[in-house]
Amino acid sequence: MAEVSLLNVAKTFGDTVAVEDMTMTVPDSAFVVLLGPTGVGKTTTLRLIAGLERPDRGDILIHGRSVVDETPAQRDVAMVFQQYSLYPHMTVRDNLAFPLRSPIHRLPEDEVARKVREVADVLRIAHKLDNKATALSGGEMQRVSIGRALVRDPAIYLMDEPLSSLDAKLRADLRVELKRVQASLGATILYVTHDQIEAMTMATHVGVLDAGRLVQFGSPREIYESPVSLYVAGRLGLPRINALPADLFPGAPAGARTVGLRPEHIRHGEGKPSRVVRIEHLGDQTRLHLMLEGHDIVTLTDVHTDLEPGDTVAIEPRNALYFDAAGARIA
Amino acid sequence: MSSFSVTEPSDRQKWIAGILVVGYALITLMPLIWILATGFKSSPDAIAYPPKVLFEPTLEGYVNLFTTQTRQTPEYLEANPPTTWYEEIVHDKGMVIAGPSRFGGRFLNSVIIGFGSTFLSVFLGTLAAYAFSRYRIPLKDDLMFFILSTRMMPPIAVAIPIFLMFRSLGLSDTHAGMILLYTAVNLSLSVWLLKGFMDEIPREYEEAALIDGYTRFQAFCKVVLPQATMGIAATAIFCLIFAWNEYAFAVLLTSGNAQTAPPFIPTIIGVGGQDWPAVAAGATIFLLPVMVFTILLRKHLLRGITFGAVRK
Ligand SMILES: Nc1ncnc2c1ncn2[C@@H]1O[C@H](COP(=O)(O)OP(=O)(O)O)[C@@H](O)[C@H]1O
Ligand SMILES: [Mg+2]
Repeated sequence: MAEVSLLNVAKTFGDTVAVEDMTMTVPDSAFVVLLGPTGVGKTTTLRLIAGLERPDRGDILIHGRSVVDETPAQRDVAMVFQQYSLYPHMTVRDNLAFPLRSPIHRLPEDEVARKVREVADVLRIAHKLDNKATALSGGEMQRVSIGRALVRDPAIYLMDEPLSSLDAKLRADLRVELKRVQASLGATILYVTHDQIEAMTMATHVGVLDAGRLVQFGSPREIYESPVSLYVAGRLGLPRINALPADLFPGAPAGARTVGLRPEHIRHGEGKPSRVVRIEHLGDQTRLHLMLEGHDIVTLTDVHTDLEPGDTVAIEPRNALYFDAAGARIA
Repeated sequence: MSSFSVTEPSDRQKWIAGILVVGYALITLMPLIWILATGFKSSPDAIAYPPKVLFEPTLEGYVNLFTTQTRQTPEYLEANPPTTWYEEIVHDKGMVIAGPSRFGGRFLNSVIIGFGSTFLSVFLGTLAAYAFSRYRIPLKDDLMFFILSTRMMPPIAVAIPIFLMFRSLGLSDTHAGMILLYTAVNLSLSVWLLKGFMDEIPREYEEAALIDGYTRFQAFCKVVLPQATMGIAATAIFCLIFAWNEYAFAVLLTSGNAQTAPPFIPTIIGVGGQDWPAVAAGATIFLLPVMVFTILLRKHLLRGITFGAVRK
């Protein structure tokens, strides 16, 4: 396992800027999650590190060694692709063994068998080892894809939205599983996703991407509590942060254009009266949709609330986040 | 009790479809059946009018196809009774077998040239298609168009220059010459078909192998080729069918050493005119390799000629 750094890395495809001036360090044994919506450059970042794309500018270091001139094989990374990484013409066992049989690894067959079995057990696909890769459910395929990476012991694991095509239950299980595997192996993982729950539950560090740029990097808590911009604030937190005109409530600092209110920033009972529009019972939480002077606000309330649509609730901000006209955080 | 189903046709529909299919098959198979039958007729039966549907089958045509014969005096025939079934057939006509005919050699030429050029077309086509599919090649689209454009006129249109070229290069009537020629003609089809199949194979497959420590060539062999088998099979069948059946160039460029079966079969002359049963026997045998090849690759072909539309 090793530390991996990107220094001012940039990559464009024709007119499309996929990655722009990215500088980031994935610490040894860290679980770094890059978060951002589709098209923001997540896959490209992983491909640059893996050596499948060549950066236009900048340097990439693995273990302190510049790797931009190395082949993917020389870089000693393992990658889980967003889609299509299982070979349909092979069994699950051969798919898992494939990386271990490559000319640079070339493990003895009994060692291969042992590792394959070990990983299959961890990912609970041992009973499917002799199936054709095409005879698996989506969740099983995804687990085999992850397994193809886990059989190896590389400098870093690169994972491209490996859970995105799974149903909610399996995703939750695999989140726990991956986190456990990472902790027990002490593995360095760079994981990209657009799913904030994956970021919050697994990451030791979260990087937020916006249009090819890394806009903030820190612990999940740091990103959540002190986002550098309205964009970052909108990436984490459910329900999503409410962005309202700063002058809606008194007490905004000078220069503030927007106030960002998460549910915990909204105190009920005092302040401005707002009308209850809708109440959503989600089981573990109850969402309150409010209307205040023409602005929609979504917040949380007591799970067993007595409120009904049409009621009036007074609200005021508490420790709110303030942003300037460009969306940058000022307080 | 029958119930309506979206995917399952009703019994009546099945019957109608069955009758239509059998009817169509009979119409298209008629010439084939006729040739097959003629091969087993005697010479008089083969040219009888009205045509004979029922006849006494004989292997005379096949014996004539594979042998050359000479007429002998009754005394000689008496003194040398036939020892094998085919000698007996010939004997009854007052002839003896003088030796093998040239058909075997011509057939072998067809096999060498047909399969040789098919192998070369598919081999080169696969490599070219992979390169076109995966690498950034300057003027890629123009090159692909150029390759296609070589098939925009009938190949025979360039017969004269090719004839002259072959003569000055010493390729006339050689196996190598015919293999080269058929490969050149088939290559554009092969590259285009195979590029379509290669494009369908996600490049992530090879990239995963590259990351795992395989070389590009190993990834190609272990990952791309197995994925491309049905495309390769379909392409091979198309190439073989062209090379196997090609007539015009074969007439023009081959006469003996490398002559293939198509120009040879119509020239089979028996005693007293065209030997139709022998010609039919030759045509029947000529059909076999392509049929066997196609049946062997049928599983791949059926899916292959849909050009990857039904993958997964
Ligand atoms: N090979 C490519 N050719 C052209 N454009 C590309 C290529 N790969 C990615 N892009 C573009 O780069 C941007 C970032 O893509 P990507 O890294 O795949 O984003 P993400 O994985 O975050 O969805 C997108 O606008 C995408 O269209
Ligand atoms: Mg992506």
